[in-house]
Amino acid sequence: MQVGYRSIARLAVVQFPGSNCDMDCVWAINSLLGLKAKLVWHKETKLSDFDGVVLPGGFSYGDYLRPGAIARFSPIMDAVRDFAEEGKPVLGICNGFQILCEAGLLPGALVRNRSLRFVCDRVWLKVENKKTIFTSRFGEVDVIRLPIAHGDGCYYADEATLGQLEKEGRVVFRYVNRDGVADVASNPNGSCNNIAGILNEKGNVLGLMPHPERAVFENLGLTYGRLIFNSIVDYFLSDEYRWS
Amino acid sequence: MKVHVEVKPKSGVLDPQGNAVLEAMRHFGLEARNCRVGKIIEFEIADGTIRREEIENKLHEVSRDLLSNPVIEDYKLQIEG
Repeated sequence: MQVGYRSIARLAVVQFPGSNCDMDCVWAINSLLGLKAKLVWHKETKLSDFDGVVLPGGFSYGDYLRPGAIARFSPIMDAVRDFAEEGKPVLGICNGFQILCEAGLLPGALVRNRSLRFVCDRVWLKVENKKTIFTSRFGEVDVIRLPIAHGDGCYYADEATLGQLEKEGRVVFRYVNRDGVADVASNPNGSCNNIAGILNEKGNVLGLMPHPERAVFENLGLTYGRLIFNSIVDYFLSDEYRWS
Repeated sequence: MKVHVEVKPKSGVLDPQGNAVLEAMRHFGLEARNCRVGKIIEFEIADGTIRREEIENKLHEVSRDLLSNPVIEDYKLQIEG
């Protein structure tokens, strides 16, 4: 991969018809040292020029049938699946998370918010696992704040799956109050176990409902999103990646 | 051939839409329970587009993998003609 030579890793931001956070992702990623983002149309079939993939937020195919249900069959998704199987980083944000669940790359599903309302807010989150390629930079930071904007963000999985996710440390982000306590009041959508983001078994696919790409610039108020993207930079610079 | 697919939330899965509809039914003085909101998808298949013996398998595949999400929903498939 010779990431060290370029000092840069290339991230594909997949653009589905109806994606609307694609440009935010590209803008946010390109503002950070060590990463270069490029849009990839969903009809493409190859990701060989890239080191990582981001499935951005939005309303792919107008959320017809179910959010992510049709995007899952876009031509690019075969390449995303191969990418995930090869252990390369895949990040699904909001609609991207929904697509990853529909595609079976992450367990469970995202259903209508329990309130039936679209929620647009800033929420507190606990970083439950900092030993992932997406969260290694969080260090002493336990509770963070990120924007959310979704109508179908209620994470659902059966008891066995939830138990397994919890046991294996694959619940990476959880909705909490500002003191870091996961209670009913701080759960914006009714997600099981206040789950906001989960990891696949291998640890290279992360899906989350909050929007880290909207929390990169100081003048927009929150910058915790940088830590996620910078964790990815660290991963690309790590020996684990460079010798893989 | 006419195809009729009914999709509804699995019994263990909370259906907030169903609950909202139940609440609204109270305005009619109707006390109901266990309301589930699903959807119906209907379509037609022209004769000769697919081998007769493959149709049922294909339709189950479509119902399971596209029209419903087995994690949260059940489907019922009806084929006419």
